[in-house]
Amino acid sequence: MAELVTVRLTVNGVAREGRCEPRKLLVDFLREDLQLTGTHVGCEHGICGACTILLNGQAARSCIMLAVQADGAELVTVEGLMQNGKLHPLQEAFREHHALQCGFCTPGMLLTALDLLRTNPAPTEAEIREGLSAVLCRCTGYQGIVNAVRAAARTPGGPAGA
Amino acid sequence: MTEKTWIGKPVKRVEDARLLTGRGAYIDDHPPVANLFHAAIVRSPHAHARILGYDVAGARALAGVAGVITGEDVARHTRPFAVGVTAPVHYYCAATDKARFVGEPVAVVVATSRYVAEDAADLVRVHYEPLPAVVDPERALEPGAPVLHEAVGSNLANHRRLVYGDPDRAFAEADVVIRERFRFPKYGSTPIETYGIVARWDALDGVCTVWSNFMGPFIMHPLTARVLGLPENRLRFIVPPDIGGSFGIKSLIYPYIALVALASKLTGVAVKWIEDRREHLLASSTGTDRIAYRELAAKKDGTILGMRFRWLDNVGGYIRSPEPGCSFRPTGNFVGPYRFQHLEVDASTVMTNKCLTGPNRGYACGHLYFETEGMVDRLAATLGLDPAEVRRRNLIPASAMPYRSPTGGLYDSGDYPTAFEKALDLAKYAGLRREQAKARAAGRYFGIGLALAVDPSVSNMGYVATALDPQFRAKPEYLPKSGAVDSATVKVDPLGRVIAILGTTPQGQGHQTVVSQIVADELGLIPEDVTVVDEMDTFTRVWSISSGTYSSRFGSVGTSAVALAARKLKAKLVEYAAHLMDIPAAELEFRDGAVRRKTGKGPSYTVKDLAGRAHWNTDSLPEGMEPGLQATAVFGFTVARAVDAEDRVNSSNTYGFIAEVMAVEVDPETAAITIVKYVTVHDAGTIINPMIAEGQIYGGALHGLGGALYEELQYDEDGQCLTGTFMDYLVPTASEAPTIDIAHVESPSPLTPLGSKGLGESSSMTVPAVIANAVSDALAPLGIRITELPMTPSRLHALIKKARAT
Repeated sequence: MAELVTVRLTVNGVAREGRCEPRKLLVDFLREDLQLTGTHVGCEHGICGACTILLNGQAARSCIMLAVQADGAELVTVEGLMQNGKLHPLQEAFREHHALQCGFCTPGMLLTALDLLRTNPAPTEAEIREGLSAVLCRCTGYQGIVNAVRAAARTPGGPAGA
Repeated sequence: MTEKTWIGKPVKRVEDARLLTGRGAYIDDHPPVANLFHAAIVRSPHAHARILGYDVAGARALAGVAGVITGEDVARHTRPFAVGVTAPVHYYCAATDKARFVGEPVAVVVATSRYVAEDAADLVRVHYEPLPAVVDPERALEPGAPVLHEAVGSNLANHRRLVYGDPDRAFAEADVVIRERFRFPKYGSTPIETYGIVARWDALDGVCTVWSNFMGPFIMHPLTARVLGLPENRLRFIVPPDIGGSFGIKSLIYPYIALVALASKLTGVAVKWIEDRREHLLASSTGTDRIAYRELAAKKDGTILGMRFRWLDNVGGYIRSPEPGCSFRPTGNFVGPYRFQHLEVDASTVMTNKCLTGPNRGYACGHLYFETEGMVDRLAATLGLDPAEVRRRNLIPASAMPYRSPTGGLYDSGDYPTAFEKALDLAKYAGLRREQAKARAAGRYFGIGLALAVDPSVSNMGYVATALDPQFRAKPEYLPKSGAVDSATVKVDPLGRVIAILGTTPQGQGHQTVVSQIVADELGLIPEDVTVVDEMDTFTRVWSISSGTYSSRFGSVGTSAVALAARKLKAKLVEYAAHLMDIPAAELEFRDGAVRRKTGKGPSYTVKDLAGRAHWNTDSLPEGMEPGLQATAVFGFTVARAVDAEDRVNSSNTYGFIAEVMAVEVDPETAAITIVKYVTVHDAGTIINPMIAEGQIYGGALHGLGGALYEELQYDEDGQCLTGTFMDYLVPTASEAPTIDIAHVESPSPLTPLGSKGLGESSSMTVPAVIANAVSDALAPLGIRITELPMTPSRLHALIKKARAT
């Protein structure tokens, strides 16, 4: 077994540290070493998007990068979206518009949508669909998700909070 | 009579809070036991090869490896799975003598982590003698084709010829006979969560516990127990609260359950295995690819007299139960919504060197209606009639309900003509035809497709025996099969709140929400007063071999069990209140959450009142009343009977209806298909939660669209899989998803307490038909008719190019 290395990063505003093999995937590090099982693994080749997190403010696939590459980074995972015990406006919109069924893609979908709305606060429907095409969902037919993101974009104060 | 305060409302889901915040409990999330080891599976790189031997010394020597299991261990310590046909197919949980498809498990490595297990798996050497492969079902039946199973002697796993009515006479009397060959692709709904299993074989207790995202049917539990040589009450299946999608696919996890359980038994440690995506695409499960030869006999006025189906269903390397359900699952609704009485079905099940098959959303109904609806459009074109008019002339009228189909189906309720007209109205069909005329005049390719389907829900497990010869079924030692049951328990705590316990395995269908609505209405509560527990555990839940969440069961049989359990409990509350009030129970009723006099006068007892008294003071119970406030109901359909001697079987228990209209425009240069309009009308009886119902329709439609346009598990002629990643196997994204106009017609089922039917498979079974018909209509000026899916741009472009050249 290779030497273990120390990875230090900030996840959802909290400084975290763990020791792992250099080859360990970031998503496995989050799930196994940091016990943050909200981030899911769907394909391990960067297509399905279930593992999407925010890495230094941008959406990133945690299944195709190593934990050591995230050393020193600031991450947001699905566990970090709630603030003060309240759902994030985007989470509320997902619930309101039936934007999830099995919920497995949902964490990646939420963070992708957040990234989309931060870079484009008033997207057209085509832009929403294009932005969300980074994540595969097999339950919803996407309609509820598109509706939720459109509604969240119109929420006063916007979803840019988290 | 139940008052419907909550049933029929789009109640927001109680499941969402945990799933939106990363607190779901999927199989990979929470280790149910300490000190877990991890498995990696060694898989065959060959489509067809004899296994000559194994060299596992290198793998065993790696630090952290607990053990290596090979096909030799599998042959020594397990039995083959029972298969649904009489052909001698020996299907073990891993290859023992030959590998018969790329990705077939040949060995398992168990180690301290998945990373180490995969390192060790790379060190396992399997010695193969590669053999010629065959992937095409017609080629596989030719003389001289490589034979997968020597004991069977050919690649034909099963063959049945079913005859209903007098098809020969129908064809002899026909004014027109239409023939066509269709090809339906091999695709699977690829849930984003893959298979996952944790197995712990406790040698001292003799109990093997398996946690997995298995969705049922639980018939696979006794089958697996037999494979492992365990008594059924020593094999415990537990399903966690959350499953990340399934669509039929996770019913086929069971061979891996046996394999991982064996790995735990032989290594003495608890073993976890999470399938990766490549493994899933190579070796989990898909629907069958099918070659179909269809014939239709009709009168000049468009009346269909009869049909002939000849099918070659390709089940891959082994016929794995519940196949050949691919041919027989829709037996009761073979004729769809049409009145014709004469039908011949010639069904061959063929084994080739592809990955194995099983139920995929709409289990074989996508195939059935793609062919039938394509034939109806061809009939219309042949007779110069409008395709809507041909359908009108053949629909079963509402007055005929309940309707016994010639193949034994009992369509319990419905008004097909009304639902169809509603779809045409909603789509402004006449307007679409005018738009088409304008488009054609301008040289554009605009088409309109129609598709109708009887949507079967809750399979009667007796249908599987249709695969067997009636002579075989007539033998005294043959045991008939039938049934479709589900159970639920409702219990009231001392403060009047309710816990409902199910044995279902939801994969995103919102059972907790739906059950809270039903119980709230039955007991006069609000949904928040009802907590629903739906984790399956074969040691603690009341279940039967047909249990599980598959075949659109929950909306029909699962909800029925819940309603009956609540009603049993209500009856007990009335009896108890009668004792407290000292008046005959017949003068009381349960209304607005309390037991009251039917006259409306005098005192009443709320559920909370009664619960407190019953729990705290058992002395207050009438003589002979069982203490406690709980009721368990097991609901079973009495219309689920075994297949009869004439091969008639009511293969489902409730039957809904779907009518769809789609308009498309095809760009002849790029072969891109644009969906201009898509209307779907469903009749699933009483709708309990319209929001959830609509979600099922959207999801089902996109699965159908995937199979129609993008998704196909492709193989080269040597049996190598060409679509082993999501870059090759194309799943539709939000950009490809259409907007849908959805409407409902409600014809309550007379067979269920709430009148509800299943809806989960929904438009997955109609979209391949409706879009193929729409594209065919668009390209009719070029003489193109779609006979093969998926309509990929390259395939469609080739058709257009060829048509323009001639």
